[in-house]
Amino acid sequence: MVTMPNVRRHRLPWALVLAATLLAGCRGSLGAEGGPHAAGTTIQDQGSDTLVNLALAWAEAYHREHPEVTISVTGGGSGAGLAALVNGTTDIANASRPIKAEEVEQARAKGFTPQELVVARDAIAVIVNPGNPVDELTLVQIADIFSGRISNWREVGGEDRPIVRLSRETNSGTHVYFLEHVLRGGDKDNKTLFSTDTLLLPSSEGISAEIRQNPNAIGYDGLGYVTPDLKVLAVAEPGMPFILPSIQTVNDGTYPVARDLYMYTAGQPEGVLADYLRWILGPEAQALVASLGFVPVEP
Amino acid sequence: MRASRAGEFVVVQLVRAAGFSAIVFVVLILVFLAREGGPALLEVPLDTLLAGRWYPIEGYFGLPPLLGGTLVVTLGATAIAAPLGVLTAVYVAEVAPRWAREVLKPLIELLAGIPSVALGFIGILAFVPVIRTTLGLPTGLSALTGAILLGLIAIPTIVSVAEDAIDAVPRTYRDAALALGATEWQTIWRVTVPAARTGITTAIMLGVGRAIGETMAVMMVTGNAPVLPSGLQALFHPVRTMTATIAAEMGEVANGSTHYHALFLIGVVLFVITLVVNLVAASIVFRQRKRAERILS
Repeated sequence: MVTMPNVRRHRLPWALVLAATLLAGCRGSLGAEGGPHAAGTTIQDQGSDTLVNLALAWAEAYHREHPEVTISVTGGGSGAGLAALVNGTTDIANASRPIKAEEVEQARAKGFTPQELVVARDAIAVIVNPGNPVDELTLVQIADIFSGRISNWREVGGEDRPIVRLSRETNSGTHVYFLEHVLRGGDKDNKTLFSTDTLLLPSSEGISAEIRQNPNAIGYDGLGYVTPDLKVLAVAEPGMPFILPSIQTVNDGTYPVARDLYMYTAGQPEGVLADYLRWILGPEAQALVASLGFVPVEP
Repeated sequence: MRASRAGEFVVVQLVRAAGFSAIVFVVLILVFLAREGGPALLEVPLDTLLAGRWYPIEGYFGLPPLLGGTLVVTLGATAIAAPLGVLTAVYVAEVAPRWAREVLKPLIELLAGIPSVALGFIGILAFVPVIRTTLGLPTGLSALTGAILLGLIAIPTIVSVAEDAIDAVPRTYRDAALALGATEWQTIWRVTVPAARTGITTAIMLGVGRAIGETMAVMMVTGNAPVLPSGLQALFHPVRTMTATIAAEMGEVANGSTHYHALFLIGVVLFVITLVVNLVAASIVFRQRKRAERILS
């Protein structure tokens, strides 16, 4: 007797292939605006990855003092935070760059004007592998490296090695700041772009991990994110001395690559939100700023 | 009697609805993608879309670097996963002793369950430095690293489906070959594997489909530099894939902006590529089944 070939016995375990995509769309939930007695107010705070650790530290400290207020902090990039503010899904948008004109436009279309608050300052450190003999670069050399005009470390006094350029993704406020103030030297008409072979990494950790093990690499990141096993370069403006980034050199204005960090709210903040933002500018919150490697706004 | 017939009617309709729902979902997805991605074709001039530069925050929307990146990584992954996967399947189905088979199959299916983020992490910490130093590359964040990780991700799919196909070859084929004096090796290579080639092709195609759509691991290890790949050496340079581009940029775009539409256009392109891969796989299966039926009849 011939047995029937059982050709379609069993196939892939399809359960493995079935992926459930859950896009958690949490609406901003500052429900009880202006109602401080409302038990358990939640403030949504979303945006810049540069600010996320600082925002978390603030949120935790504030929650210890005011247990009735919970602040939930998310990263995602300055653009993501501002988009969420426009869409009404967050109460505070953290940004490491000033809001763009078109973002203000979008907010106006939704019926409010974003309010800006400078909450801290940040130095952007240019970082290399500790084994790299180069200690200092001028702003022009850095711009030439990232735009692709310089491709070998020998050209800036280093070893004969190719330069591997690392950058954050284009949705990062740090990326935009670096493009406008370093590559283009703050010149609005300058259309210089990052070299196409610049690696765009999705996280600060991705940049640190690569620089830690690759002597060819150069990158940039907020000073608060630079770990001790990376080498920070001293930077000089044309005709000025080379300066290492620190709280002091940012505050006295000698370190050239520093910027303000912002929080935006939809319209003038009120109630619990206003209390929180006032607290952030106070001495206790600003002490946290310094302890995380950022620069306090009021010395 | 009547009640059972009504019950049967309901069940048949339910099964039919379930069957058609798959088609409905695919069509709905296509309509949604086309609606969101279509405007990009009107907003961005065609020569910009076909240019070699992707830098969306300054209005550069060239798709070729992303398309090339996906192509390089996927081809690399297939070159790694197809031979390894098929050989593993042959070993598990034909050569391995019973106990080894009992251990290997669940282990391989377990490999399919590892989240790709975890694989990406392993890639960053273990593969990236090793690939840079052993191959003398400027950086280990390259298409090759992505291809290796994607290969690892595609292998379980390929092994699982190919093993089933080889296992389904009738016992009588092997018996006949052995009876005619073929060695075990000759039986495997000349009879069993060719008889299962339809299933093996499907397995490879499914693996390729899995590799094209993979995002997280690729985003972590390929460097994401939107360089237009040129030739074979592109495998050793950083690339930016279409999936990584969507994942990295979708969170930030303003709803309804040109950038938003361009990202959906990438989604349409990905959808079409996957569709073509599946159609090719289906047509191979169809053609070979027809031939098999001719021989048997």
